[in-house]
Amino acid sequence: MPTYQIRVNGEDRTVDVSSDTPLLWVLRDHIGLVGTKFGCGIGQCGACTVHVDGVAMRSCSATVELAQDREITTIEGLSEDGTHPVQEAWKTIDVPQCGYCQAGQIMTAAAFLESNPNPSENDIENAMHGNICRCATYSRIKKAVKLAAENMD
Amino acid sequence: MKNMSSNNTKHINRRAFLRNTTLAGGGLVIGFNLIQSCKPKVVKEAVIDLANLDYMDFNAFIKIAENGAVTIFSPNPEIGQGVKTSMPMIIAEELDVAWNMVHVEQAALDTKSFVRQVAGGSQSIRHGWDALRQTGAKAKHMLVQAAANRWGVDASTCSVSEGIITNANGETLGYGDIVKEAALLEVPEEVTLKSPKEYKIMGKDAPNVDLDEIVTGKPLFGLDYKVDGMLYASVLRPPAFGQELVSFDDSDARKMAGVVDIITIGAKLRAYLEKDNRFRSKISPSDKVVVIAKTTWEAMQAKKAIKATWEAKGTLESTEEHDNILNGILDGNDFVTQRTDGNVKKAFAEADDILERTYESPFLPHNCMEPMNFYAHVTDDKVHLAGPIQTPEWKAGLVAQMLERDPEEIQMDMTRMGGGFGRRLFGDFVVEAAEISDAIRKPVQVVSSREDDMTTGVYRPAIKYRIKAGVKDGKVTAYHLKEASINDSMYGLIPNFFPAGAIENYQVDTAAHKSEITTGAWRAPFTNFLASAEQSFFDELAEMMDVDKIQLRLDLLQKVKGTTDERIQYSPERMEEVIKVAVEKSGWGTKPKNVYQGFVNYYCHNTHVAEVADVEIENGEPVIKKITCVVDCGIVVNPTGALNQIEGGVIDGVGHAMYGDYIFKDGKPLANNYDRYKLIRMKEAPEVETHLIQNEFSPTGLGEPTLPPAGGAIANALKAATGNRFYKQPYTKNPELLKVPEKEIIG
Repeated sequence: MPTYQIRVNGEDRTVDVSSDTPLLWVLRDHIGLVGTKFGCGIGQCGACTVHVDGVAMRSCSATVELAQDREITTIEGLSEDGTHPVQEAWKTIDVPQCGYCQAGQIMTAAAFLESNPNPSENDIENAMHGNICRCATYSRIKKAVKLAAENMD
Repeated sequence: MKNMSSNNTKHINRRAFLRNTTLAGGGLVIGFNLIQSCKPKVVKEAVIDLANLDYMDFNAFIKIAENGAVTIFSPNPEIGQGVKTSMPMIIAEELDVAWNMVHVEQAALDTKSFVRQVAGGSQSIRHGWDALRQTGAKAKHMLVQAAANRWGVDASTCSVSEGIITNANGETLGYGDIVKEAALLEVPEEVTLKSPKEYKIMGKDAPNVDLDEIVTGKPLFGLDYKVDGMLYASVLRPPAFGQELVSFDDSDARKMAGVVDIITIGAKLRAYLEKDNRFRSKISPSDKVVVIAKTTWEAMQAKKAIKATWEAKGTLESTEEHDNILNGILDGNDFVTQRTDGNVKKAFAEADDILERTYESPFLPHNCMEPMNFYAHVTDDKVHLAGPIQTPEWKAGLVAQMLERDPEEIQMDMTRMGGGFGRRLFGDFVVEAAEISDAIRKPVQVVSSREDDMTTGVYRPAIKYRIKAGVKDGKVTAYHLKEASINDSMYGLIPNFFPAGAIENYQVDTAAHKSEITTGAWRAPFTNFLASAEQSFFDELAEMMDVDKIQLRLDLLQKVKGTTDERIQYSPERMEEVIKVAVEKSGWGTKPKNVYQGFVNYYCHNTHVAEVADVEIENGEPVIKKITCVVDCGIVVNPTGALNQIEGGVIDGVGHAMYGDYIFKDGKPLANNYDRYKLIRMKEAPEVETHLIQNEFSPTGLGEPTLPPAGGAIANALKAATGNRFYKQPYTKNPELLKVPEKEIIG
């Protein structure tokens, strides 16, 4: 099997996997970063969202080949100690119920707020619409994104 | 354990998932613990790493460290309903410790120490209420007694605040100073519990105890559970319900990367099912082909390369056929009567007016965000099971019987669950994991893909209700509800819910059609659609009678007051209160012309709820803008958790009533992933405004009761907006019904 060099949360990693292996499974099974979640495998639910060169991407639908020579950030690397404004907002609002989708929600929100620091409610809804929360914590997610936007100013 | 790195986001040490915990009681317990660090979140100044202190055993629930920090084991499985936070709060309250000095851990299955370690039926808090308070209060009593003994004073002269015991001379001892002596004292028979007015922890917001771990992506869930040498299994199950495996060719799959072995399972399960058939409607008895590989992806890929032949004994089922069968049941006379009062036949014969309507609901998959999975490691010494399961005791027992092992040899550890909704009650995946590991004798995790998860579910069964009411002299004199369902019928006290007791001649009949499609509980079983059916019916009944919709409900409740019928558990007084508060808070009847409202009151899972849906017309289409939700669940243990459950339940109810549809053809569901199955998303989620009734009744659960009313509330609001009644879920199924009359748009 081919060897791939990828850079995850600022560290270079070498993995030995087939070229079609999704980044999601490289992170979870090969590197042991399980914060990125498996939800649907077809890019429809957003649970596996990571940042690739700062852009939110579904890691279940990005191959390891595509991830080469790019800067990958996972929920574990979003901040050193869980103090990214989006993480802080999630804690203040006490967003999660089961919590499974929340890493993907946070990664989507963090990338979105980088590109749109002063979003309208409509902007937030459009940005977060691709992430499913089966517990339906949507109103708290919306509040937390708003709060994070305020705190990022 | 002391040197475990915390907050290390770059290197996750797999060995950290296995933790040795030395207990003061002696012996070494290998504990499964995914929590690497857990600082309390209420008070941010706390810098003590509560997870890594040396704790002394006090009892099965409580350990106390020298500095007075307390570890509380949460006995019940956590599926997102918040019991891992709220159950320890109840113990901490009576124990009288500061919540920011409490560290919470998930207990493993321990049938000797705990009762009812189940997540289901919204019953954890209701059933745990007395026992958890007693546990905390008795521990506190023993700690105070130990301090009094050391001082040589009467315990009644001592007081406690936040884990500090003070005597009449002003001397103090912390719980940590006295825990060793206290643990040796006899457990008191009776202790005095606090009155609600004395509560310091309950009634105040306590954020989710796993919040830090969730937002930083720490391993918590079943799929995050990994041990060295663990293999991954992907199971090829019959593609259509009713089919069984005939043969398979795995020659291509065996050549694929990472594949360790390919085996079949099923024989042990079938032998078990012959002895105990109750599990039959939850799992296919067919042989299944299992790919065992080094990684999840490799297992899933190799499974796709297996060429299998399947065969069905009977004809394969379809939704179309079920429709005809269920209609046939409703038209016939072959029912089991669940409750009957008076004489409905006679009352209908004498009625001035009769209304009869039929309501229909489809199968529904659960779609927990974390696909089904479980870990098993079967060895000669023991069977170690770990993962997300709502019924650990049931499944541990089932595995012991299936593998013919001593129940003492089963170790069952519980992880946090990425959703439950009833799907994780059944544990077909636990049984599969155990049979696989029994065959290969290696640690293995069974992982479902989303497609596996959705197409081999234990679905909410399709159900139809036919409701008939008779009116004489302006009063409802007869009510007859017939249920036609797949596999299972409504159970327990559901036939005694409102309007049972309110109408003189009342009858509930049920009948079920046996299907090969596996079915089971789905969040608020039966009531999740029954509430929509009945409450839509009341709306229409009020229109037929030309009476006020709210007044009709209030009038019916009067007859229930003072009832001596013990089967009736809802309180007409508490129901009346949620109705009146909902009328006031929702602005019922006072809204602008462009706001169309729908009303529902309901009782299930011991909780009284009223909901009002507001629908507005936007771009010519009805949009669900807001649900006002009034809840009486007695004492609210943790308000932030309670509000989260309430909002989630309402939006879940709206989402499935609007969009949830699961059609079968040739024994197979048509949808297998989110590209063809719609779950509600942020843009469709209405605002939820919640009002909690303040009282001092013992608390009841919130995981389910706000879901059932939502479907009825929006059906009634959509009727107000469109003029059409919605008899069939999902309501978007027939777009014609959602068209708004031209005059309404202009208006």
